Amino acid sequence: MYGGAFGVSAGLYDQFGAERVRDTPISEAAIAGACLGAALTGMRPIGEIQFMDFVTLSMEQLVLQASKVRFMFGGKASAPFVLRMPGGSGTGAAAQHSQSLENWFVHVPGLKVVMPSSAYDAKGLLLASIDDDNPVIFVEHKLLYKTKGHVPAEMYRIPLSQSHIVRQGRDVTVVATSIMVQRALAAADELAPEGIEIEIVDPRTLSPLDEEPIVESVIKTGRVLVVHEAVITGGFGGEIVSRIASSAAFDYLDAPVRRLAGRHMPIPYNRTLEYHTVPQVENIVEEARRLAQGVY
Amino acid sequence: MLVTHSLPSDRVEELLSSIGADQACQMLERMQVIRYFEEKAEELYALGKIHGTMHLSIGQEATAVGASSAVRSGYDYLLNHHRGHGHCLAWGSDVNRTMAEFMGKEAGYCRGRGGSMHIADVERNNLGANGIVAGGVPIAPGVGLSIKLRGTDQVCLVIFGDGASNEGAFHEALNLASIWNLPVIFLCENNQYGMSMSIQRAANIERISLRAVAYGVPGETVDGNDLLAVYDAVGRAAAHARAGSGPTLIESVTYRWRGHSKSDRQAYRTRDEVKEWQAKDPIPRFARCLIEAGMLSEAEFEAVQQRAAQQIEAAVAFSDASPEPDVSTILEGVYA
Ligand SMILES: Cc1ncc(C[n+]2csc(CCOP(=O)(O)OP(=O)(O)O)c2C)c(N)n1
Ligand SMILES: [Mg+2]
Repeated sequence: MYGGAFGVSAGLYDQFGAERVRDTPISEAAIAGACLGAALTGMRPIGEIQFMDFVTLSMEQLVLQASKVRFMFGGKASAPFVLRMPGGSGTGAAAQHSQSLENWFVHVPGLKVVMPSSAYDAKGLLLASIDDDNPVIFVEHKLLYKTKGHVPAEMYRIPLSQSHIVRQGRDVTVVATSIMVQRALAAADELAPEGIEIEIVDPRTLSPLDEEPIVESVIKTGRVLVVHEAVITGGFGGEIVSRIASSAAFDYLDAPVRRLAGRHMPIPYNRTLEYHTVPQVENIVEEARRLAQGVY
Repeated sequence: MLVTHSLPSDRVEELLSSIGADQACQMLERMQVIRYFEEKAEELYALGKIHGTMHLSIGQEATAVGASSAVRSGYDYLLNHHRGHGHCLAWGSDVNRTMAEFMGKEAGYCRGRGGSMHIADVERNNLGANGIVAGGVPIAPGVGLSIKLRGTDQVCLVIFGDGASNEGAFHEALNLASIWNLPVIFLCENNQYGMSMSIQRAANIERISLRAVAYGVPGETVDGNDLLAVYDAVGRAAAHARAGSGPTLIESVTYRWRGHSKSDRQAYRTRDEVKEWQAKDPIPRFARCLIEAGMLSEAEFEAVQQRAAQQIEAAVAFSDASPEPDVSTILEGVYA
């Protein structure tokens, strides 16, 4: 009825009715468990967690049950469901409503983790996630709900596990996820007049990761900056960096591999502090410029 | 709709004479302060001065003030929830510092780091509001156990919503407090909705207090718009807890006048329903009760309202004058 905390399910109730579109009590463990139970028995449910932070209450069902049923049951069961959840800071929602916890799920074999960075990708990736026979954690950034982009009316799919070169460039590879792709694009616009061309790679699916386009890009540019909003320590950037370090791209590196991510701290309420907690366009500009100019 | 019985008149008299006129008028003033605080919060929000969201408790003031007044705030412990400005003020916390926190300023209780949903006054044993539905509830048995092990006669008052009673955490906490016989008062502030979902749709029982039966603790439902009814029930639960007889579940039935948070079109309820509840405004109701008891005059009620309004104006001025947190201190407080 509310259409979700950010209106992502607005209108669905009216269109598809109360049998298929259900309000739940505030019971995140049961929401995740019900998705799994229905998925195991022939449905393709889409669950919504109001803020990504609250998925901590669903963790047992996701981490100990959903991710493991197929493997534990000898490949005979499948759990095709999607759990959507808005993450990220920038709205003044403070420490318990602003986190980016995607890497917790990346660490769990059996779950897929998808993070769209644009309206076009959101639709194509969501449809592909619904078709997928695995549990998919679908992480949407709250600030991206306000962005606009062309979205075709037809039901197109963007295959999971396909990294995307969002912008071509010769000087520095920027691997970015979610909102950071938009910020990297803005940074690219600022750097281009200086003669610095950054190439932006968006993994789109964090797990299982399509590594090849990232490696190829680094081979081309020799310099790489990884950007995400989640806390730097134990963040997805560490995974990207180690994949690059152990790939063919290693021999092509002309500079240390750099990471730009959220500070190791909870998200503050105050607007100014909140702003300085996660990477902004100017931070990406500065880091990419240093890499391109060889000052680090 | 849930029917709650009004207190018998002899009980009202008994309670009022034990409270006394001075304290009764202070309770009235605190309700008025909360009302004006929330109205000011709404105004500041509309002016674009607030970054973030807020959950207003307008209409629910009697539950906050009745409950806090029935325990020894500052000595006992409080845990509350996202709709918590009123609980904090009812606990006797400073209006200025509460407002400053809401406005994200350094002088706020949490130095602007916590904000509307996380106001805590740790020095006075207010262990904080919580952004997570039922997030504070399982903390309460821990506080109760600590009280028991330290051998004090404190109690822990934990306030949560109707919606929170459908989280597993609520059930686990109530059971634990019961089997360990802990001094915890579980106060469910049933304002009838968890966002858009009415409690009738979210639970198949007539009263949330019935859930107490499942855990072997006393449960009772009171009229949450009647300050004295809340005061009475929480007071008895506190005495029960201090006597070593364990936890109680109290359901305080009230109503949220405003939307859930800043962005709520309220398509799930009718204007008539809201109006019906606005007619049961707890503030004039308690004022009338005091006037009838000869503890307050009309003129004194006006003076109460004026004092409350002045406190809010002063709090805004205090908060406006408080500095923004300094970015160079951003990492402070992450670790001890
Ligand atoms: C675990 C969790 N799930 C969902 C939310 C989002 N949310 C915030 S308040 C709220 C409604 C809570 O209802 P209730 O407990 O009745 O308290 P009220 O808002 O009515 O005071 C919801 C769903 C949350 N904060 N935490
Ligand atoms: Mg409620």
